[in-house]
Amino acid sequence: MANPGSLAITVAGADAVRDELSGPRGRRPQRSFSGRNIMIYGTLLIAALYYLLPLYVMVVTSLKGMPEIRLGNIFSPPVEITFEPWAKAWASACTGLNCDGLSRGFWNSVRITIPSTVISIAIASINGYALANWRFKGSEVFFTILIVGAFIPYQVMIYPIVIVLREMGIYGTLTGLVIVHTIFGMPILTLLFRNYFVSLPEELFKAARIDGAGFWTIYLKIMLPMSLPIFVVAMILQITGIWNDFLFGVVFTRPEYYPMTVQLNNIVNSVQGVKEYNVNMAATILTGAVPLFVYFVSGRLFVRGIAAGAVKG
Amino acid sequence: MTLRILAAVMAASVALPLASARATDLEVTHWWTSGGEAAAVAELAKAFDATGNKWIDGAIAGSGGTARPIMVSRITGGDPMGATQFNHGRQAEELVQAGLMRDLSDVAEKEKWKDIIRPASLLDSCTIDGKIYCAPVNIHSWQWLWLSADAFKKAGVGMPKNWNEFVAAAPALEKAGIVPLALGGQAWQSAGLFDVLLISLGGKDLYEKVYAQKDADAISGPEMAAVFKAADDARRMSKGTNVQDWNQATNMVITGKAGGQVMGDWAQGEFALAGKKAGTDYACLPGLGVNEYITTGGDAFYFPLLKDEAKSKAQAALASTLLNPATQVAFNLKKGSLPVRGDVDLAAANDCMKKGLDILAKGNVLKSTDELMSADIQKQKEDLFAEFFSSSMSAADAQKRFAKIIASAD
Amino acid sequence: MTGQTIARRPNQLFRNLNAKIASIPMILTAVVIFLGGTLWTVVYSFTNSKLLPRLSFVGFDQYERLWAATRWTVSITNLAIYGVLTLIFSLVIGFVLAALMDQKIRFENTFRTIFLYPFALSFIVTGLVWQWVLNPEFGIQSVVRSLGWTSFTFDPLYNADIVIYGILIAGLWQGTGLVMCLMLAGLRGIDGEIWKAARVDGIPTWKTYLFIVIPMMRAVFVTTLVIIASGIVRVYDLVVAQTSGGPGIASEVPAKYVYDYMFQAQNLGQGFAASTMMLVTVAIIIVPWAYLEFGGKKRG
Repeated sequence: MANPGSLAITVAGADAVRDELSGPRGRRPQRSFSGRNIMIYGTLLIAALYYLLPLYVMVVTSLKGMPEIRLGNIFSPPVEITFEPWAKAWASACTGLNCDGLSRGFWNSVRITIPSTVISIAIASINGYALANWRFKGSEVFFTILIVGAFIPYQVMIYPIVIVLREMGIYGTLTGLVIVHTIFGMPILTLLFRNYFVSLPEELFKAARIDGAGFWTIYLKIMLPMSLPIFVVAMILQITGIWNDFLFGVVFTRPEYYPMTVQLNNIVNSVQGVKEYNVNMAATILTGAVPLFVYFVSGRLFVRGIAAGAVKG
Repeated sequence: MTLRILAAVMAASVALPLASARATDLEVTHWWTSGGEAAAVAELAKAFDATGNKWIDGAIAGSGGTARPIMVSRITGGDPMGATQFNHGRQAEELVQAGLMRDLSDVAEKEKWKDIIRPASLLDSCTIDGKIYCAPVNIHSWQWLWLSADAFKKAGVGMPKNWNEFVAAAPALEKAGIVPLALGGQAWQSAGLFDVLLISLGGKDLYEKVYAQKDADAISGPEMAAVFKAADDARRMSKGTNVQDWNQATNMVITGKAGGQVMGDWAQGEFALAGKKAGTDYACLPGLGVNEYITTGGDAFYFPLLKDEAKSKAQAALASTLLNPATQVAFNLKKGSLPVRGDVDLAAANDCMKKGLDILAKGNVLKSTDELMSADIQKQKEDLFAEFFSSSMSAADAQKRFAKIIASAD
Repeated sequence: MTGQTIARRPNQLFRNLNAKIASIPMILTAVVIFLGGTLWTVVYSFTNSKLLPRLSFVGFDQYERLWAATRWTVSITNLAIYGVLTLIFSLVIGFVLAALMDQKIRFENTFRTIFLYPFALSFIVTGLVWQWVLNPEFGIQSVVRSLGWTSFTFDPLYNADIVIYGILIAGLWQGTGLVMCLMLAGLRGIDGEIWKAARVDGIPTWKTYLFIVIPMMRAVFVTTLVIIASGIVRVYDLVVAQTSGGPGIASEVPAKYVYDYMFQAQNLGQGFAASTMMLVTVAIIIVPWAYLEFGGKKRG
């Protein structure tokens, strides 16, 4: 696990070899067993262990039968591999009278996540664009309120939002939930997009203005095509955030729309005799599968996008 | 233009199969999700479906604390369910006062609830301004001490017959590596344990002085100090439990890792599920073997006011089904709770349940804290006892803070 | 910057109108939800609302009760410890890992994926897994004991004095990967010439990082701080999943106090008073900073 100690190690390691260090853009190190490499890879490997341990425990546990789990050691690999917990978590774990596992929640989560992601990103990107290139009187004030809003605990806003949605007549509908996700995704996303658009060369914008292009034309024809990386970042953040949301999913919907996380909570907290840790772990991995997949596939784009959106401000 | 597109996308996202709902579908929300509980709900659903309506199950796991906010949000948000579970008592008081709940007086009158429901205090808890707003379905009592035969055999001491013997046996249990008293980490379990000590050791009068009359002298008096002293004993005996859920704690008693547990009658379902026999594998002592009084908390169904005529009819059908004798028997046997009507036959009940029925027949019943105290006071009590049982707070300090909380009750 | 100058010219009013129309969702969110909701909460914190909001004012009663409650002081203390440590450790660990990753190492993608994947998992999942790993009967403690060190004790979740560190371990596990990514992105944005110049001047690497590179990464640190800090104030799910606030009330946090009192205790007034205190704390720290950062003249 990383701690202040590892900082000392790193600094020492980096210091010792400063002569051959040509900055972050340097050559690939050639000798694999230099002291520097041992320090770097050693630290990284120890850190990697800390990050991987829980995943390992989850996977191993989900493949064991209950008798084996009761015997103890959570780190030992399964003696007899069983996929039954996975099948049960997906298709037959019970909550009350509904014994269809996570499967039902999966499609609900898809139906919630897709429109929420699309709409929240559309709105936030336009906000960011307006804030970066078309500032009007008061725009920064609204933006400041928005950023401060990022610090308000969600619980505080539940009641006012219930009232607003009730007055609009959309409480308990998917539309209501999509709006809630859009609202709470707005601060961070707007910040990202604003920073990104500010970082784009001004000349582009100026040239387009001279050509007589307007607000929407510049956004659609010039800004959008240039912002793939930041859209990827926003997409990843939103898919992860919305997919993992529990509180809004349970408060602002009705049972037939419950997302997968709510069902995960139901399965994990439905104590039937002994806790079935293997089913819980399988259910946990299944619920995390979609965001995990998104990360594994687009991790590289993520860093590039963040570099574009967060660095220049 | 973009806004119109957004509107279209939003509209598309709602165009989902809402239309498939039939007029007599009734969504029922509850937090009964453990093994025995789910089986009990199935009985209710079966009986309701037999009336030609359809029970749509809306279980929310994670105990009442998780489920109630969701239920209340749905009702106040204008998207009410057909019926919902609450603990009878004061949890739904304000929803009723706000005119959001349906008056069941007509059903109650027709079915003569006043005559059949026993003890009568249950119906009183459902009554606000002379109108009846809920249908009680069961009685759950808290005042039970569950003891593991294995644990005492291993420690070489006889099975205790009451709390004092249990406390005396604690050192022997500890020597054998057994936790004397299993106590789960959740706050409500600590508060529950204290209330049981209060009724069972302090007696009926003290309990009523404290919670019904809120008598300041009694609360700060020496009798109460003795109860806090007992809580201090319990705290010492529960060191090393290290589990959260109540049924994990019960499991320690089942497997002989703990000597005993103070828990409500719902614990019985866990013993049954593990194939243990009352009397031989485990013992149950109502009132901790000292004062055999039980409280009559429990569950009740409330019905939000709906505009839909057909659904209202289905609500009435459900209310009457819940109190039907056959349903009462089937449901309560699975749930491990006592029926709310005295005229049903529970021949299939086991030893512990029969003890409960006896006490009920004798009329040794008291109102539960859910009925006497608001949720706010209950929560503050939970906080206090959660802290007390996990820290080294002195009994006297705890008593002072307890007095302050009760003094603020409305 | 020129863009704004153009936009402010009077004959561009029509196009400015477009920008305003486009900002309507943002304005509505900021004003109606964040500002309106906050004001609503503050107003009702002075009432004795129970299950339903009611306008019957009781002055500062709710606040007096709040600050007299042990659980609230415990919550605030926990948040302070958790917050400060999370800030320090996330930034230090995130930066160190990023600096290491920036040494043109092999398997960069693999390492990055490993560090980042926990961020894809929810706090509920994080809490459950770490509860399991830190469980004294199954987890680390029992494994170390079975290796022969029988007196080994590591049960942070069952020890009231250190439980908040058990939660910290899990919180860092989930969040540091993202910080690492942000930092890495920042490092990649530093001009290579800077490094060359520093080397020519004979400045040690650690000094270059500390006094040249980090100050240049100001924007990254700002974004990172917003993300970490907003997460700290809101910490709730993690605690619920890992300890439910226990043992006793040792790991309670303010957001949980708010939620429990609003909904479980059915005392909205008390919950609103607690959330108002959270908002005040946040406002004292955030508003001056946010105003300086975003409200004043923008630097290009």
